[in-house]
Amino acid sequence: MAITEPIVEMEDISIEFPGVKALQNVDFRLFPGEVHTLMGENGAGKSTLIKALTGVYKIDSGTITVAGGPRTFTGTADAQSAGISTVYQEVNLCDNLTVGENVMLGHEIRGPLGVNWRKTHEAARVALEGLGLGHLDPRQPLSSISLALQQLVAISRAMVTNSKVLILDEPTSSLDANEVEGLFAVMRRLRDQGVAILFVSHFLDQVYAISDRLTVLRNGQFIGEYLTHDLDRTQLISQMIGKDSQVLAALGSNRGRGVVDPDARPFYSAKNLGRRGSIDPVDIDVHAGEVVGLAGLLGSGRTELGRLVYGADRPDTGEVLIDGVATEVHTPTAALAHKIAFSTENRRDEGIIGDLTVRENLILAVQARRGWARPLSRKEQQELCDKYLVELNVRPADPERPIKNLSGGNQQKVLLGRWLATKPELIILDEPTRGIDIGAKAEIQEAIATLAEDGMSVVFISSELEEVVRLSERIVVLKDHRKIGEIINGPEVTAESIVDLIANEGRPEAVAEAAGLELVETEESVA
Amino acid sequence: MSAPRTKKATPFLSTVIHQPYIWAIVALVLLLVINLIKDPGYLGVSFNAGTGNLSGNLIDILRASAPVMMIAVGMTLVIATRGIDLSVGSVMAVSGAVSMQFMSTADGSAGTAFAAAGLALAVSAVLGVVNGLLVSVVGLQPFITTLITMLAGRGLAKVITAGQNTSASNEPFRWIANGTVFGFPVVFVIAAVIVAILAVLVRRTALGLMIESIGINPKAARMAGIRPIGILISVYIVSAVLAGVAGIFSTASVMTVEVAKTGLSSEMDAILAVVIGGTSLAGGKFSLTGSVIGALLIATLDKTIVFLSIPSSATPAFKALVIVIICLLQSQRVRALFARRRAQGRPTPPSSPSAPPNPASTRKETVSA
Repeated sequence: MAITEPIVEMEDISIEFPGVKALQNVDFRLFPGEVHTLMGENGAGKSTLIKALTGVYKIDSGTITVAGGPRTFTGTADAQSAGISTVYQEVNLCDNLTVGENVMLGHEIRGPLGVNWRKTHEAARVALEGLGLGHLDPRQPLSSISLALQQLVAISRAMVTNSKVLILDEPTSSLDANEVEGLFAVMRRLRDQGVAILFVSHFLDQVYAISDRLTVLRNGQFIGEYLTHDLDRTQLISQMIGKDSQVLAALGSNRGRGVVDPDARPFYSAKNLGRRGSIDPVDIDVHAGEVVGLAGLLGSGRTELGRLVYGADRPDTGEVLIDGVATEVHTPTAALAHKIAFSTENRRDEGIIGDLTVRENLILAVQARRGWARPLSRKEQQELCDKYLVELNVRPADPERPIKNLSGGNQQKVLLGRWLATKPELIILDEPTRGIDIGAKAEIQEAIATLAEDGMSVVFISSELEEVVRLSERIVVLKDHRKIGEIINGPEVTAESIVDLIANEGRPEAVAEAAGLELVETEESVA
Repeated sequence: MSAPRTKKATPFLSTVIHQPYIWAIVALVLLLVINLIKDPGYLGVSFNAGTGNLSGNLIDILRASAPVMMIAVGMTLVIATRGIDLSVGSVMAVSGAVSMQFMSTADGSAGTAFAAAGLALAVSAVLGVVNGLLVSVVGLQPFITTLITMLAGRGLAKVITAGQNTSASNEPFRWIANGTVFGFPVVFVIAAVIVAILAVLVRRTALGLMIESIGINPKAARMAGIRPIGILISVYIVSAVLAGVAGIFSTASVMTVEVAKTGLSSEMDAILAVVIGGTSLAGGKFSLTGSVIGALLIATLDKTIVFLSIPSSATPAFKALVIVIICLLQSQRVRALFARRRAQGRPTPPSSPSAPPNPASTRKETVSA
């Protein structure tokens, strides 16, 4: 199959950590001039394989061949000197230096009087131009350019060392569509120059847009290596999660079934809920057993609205009725007392308490509601752990492990468990499936559907419109910090109808008519 | 299926060995051994049948450790919330000044002693409230806030005594510092009881968990429904009241408050005891046991310096040297270096487990909450 010799060949790699077989007999090859994507769920062993290649982890058995000879690296720097560069999801650059200084850091051009900054910046410009980034001024501070461009600067920096192999570990997770396209243009350019690129991403569309070859891992085992055009998405998903993708397709297909009587008293009802500079006043109702989706682009105010409902930010206008009773929800503590829970999109900064154990993280909200003086007994804590770690399929199901050592998807499940343990009547889920693999995603979607069936009210926020459409009974559409409409979900509603609504926001009625939608509410000011 | 439990009956010794304060214990033992070499009878504790008192160097160390122990455990809780309390030394002076000033004009009864102590602790608590309010409600940085109360506190002490070093005579009050209970110094017994009560309070209720949550990730703690303001004010009050207790301890032995010297630089001893005890200055996980051991170590170190007749000019340098060595031994990098030496040839343990231990068998579970 291969015309050329692979530049990196890993054969029969096994790594065992105490109690865990992280990799078992995994094979992996990288060819020059190819983008090779590593696919697998969280915990499948993708990062471990990368770290085995760059020498961060020592391999227990197997061989690594680089450019024809056996090699073992002692770490990322050693690998880089052999032409294998890694660019991580979080950009490791110096914000306060210029673009050029970042590109050339450690390779500054020296003259008789120390560093010659003019020549250094010139060399940086050449390096940037080589990636089609000629429009970037090497003398502007790094902090003045977007995250996406910073990522490209990180790649230029890797290429200054004439790398033959470039490892991109989830570079796209915080980029928007245009930025991803820009990154892909750079990747294609490098590929055509003969660089071998190892790419990791959770976004299937991106994987299919850029990869030439796929290697699938599952639970530390090698499942297979495929040419991308030989494997369709359904097959790929089945390979990754080891279960029939029918289950995924069937998920939430009975949404929009109209189980909720719109005239009944909603569990949560807000009129003119707003906060200056964050979101204009909004009306929103959520009935028991209903999933209300908040749809909108990034920055549309969907997260801000969720935070106002929970009291994470203090609203400055609006009346809130909970079960028909006027209530003030100005703090998270008050929200929890009224059985409202909020799962944040910002898992690391606002969700997990990293150094605490899974058990402590799981019980935290329940304990906060009981107050410090009435601690949960060890037995009660253990019961909560037993229940939610199993129900949510947290792996490893070890309550005494620090939560920071779990993968992102499993941290998310523990957080979901934290909120469910408070037995909420209304749960706000802000991007509960972001940055986690497709298997965990399906499990969380399934969990949400089940919760609503059991009578819980759910406010579901996601940047993936398909997901919102699949799960929600009603969809509140937001744009530019305003509510621009509300759609009752039904078979004729698709992600495209929401996109149309956002795009043609000036004439929502016209859009609704054209799409045959039932539009329940629009803001007066829009007309 | 049920979640696997990892609670194993770990032997006490192996638990202790893996604590960060193990090096403090080692240093403590080492200092005692050095003293023992100089004087083989150093560790002897004699029992005086007539008075029922224990006496000896070890008892002296326990007595001397009581004030540091008090401010160190208070400091531990403050540091755990990502704060710092620089004002404890000044609060000691205020507490001493209030009690001495009160007793200097009153009779020598036990009632006076109680009133003096109560008043001193109440004034200390007020200073704690000020710290707590400024940090939690106003949102000032703990360092700045307590720096202000540190300066203001010593000024307040001078105002209370009109700038004089005030003395008083009250036997019941003096007994706190010089008396014994079951042969042990009263100060140590009081300190031990307070530490025990505090330990039960933070570890048998959810207070410790909440303090740690706030220290590790304040935003996430708030989102989980924890109200930080009450907890922050409480820890600063606890710290100030314990500093008040320390002030009573250190003035009662001489029945004099030296407004410019009482408690001077005590905050440094307390912070050192906390750090030696393995609580990170970055906040989060804390160990009261560690801080108690840290306080014992500092007291032992002070006594050893005197016992070895190290010239007083070299005392700070010697103290610094010992503490630097302990901190080095505790530091992540040095520990990692030792671990690498030991584990040469074995694979590096994972920083995060990236592979699940149990394969597809659990995948079928769905949620029915």
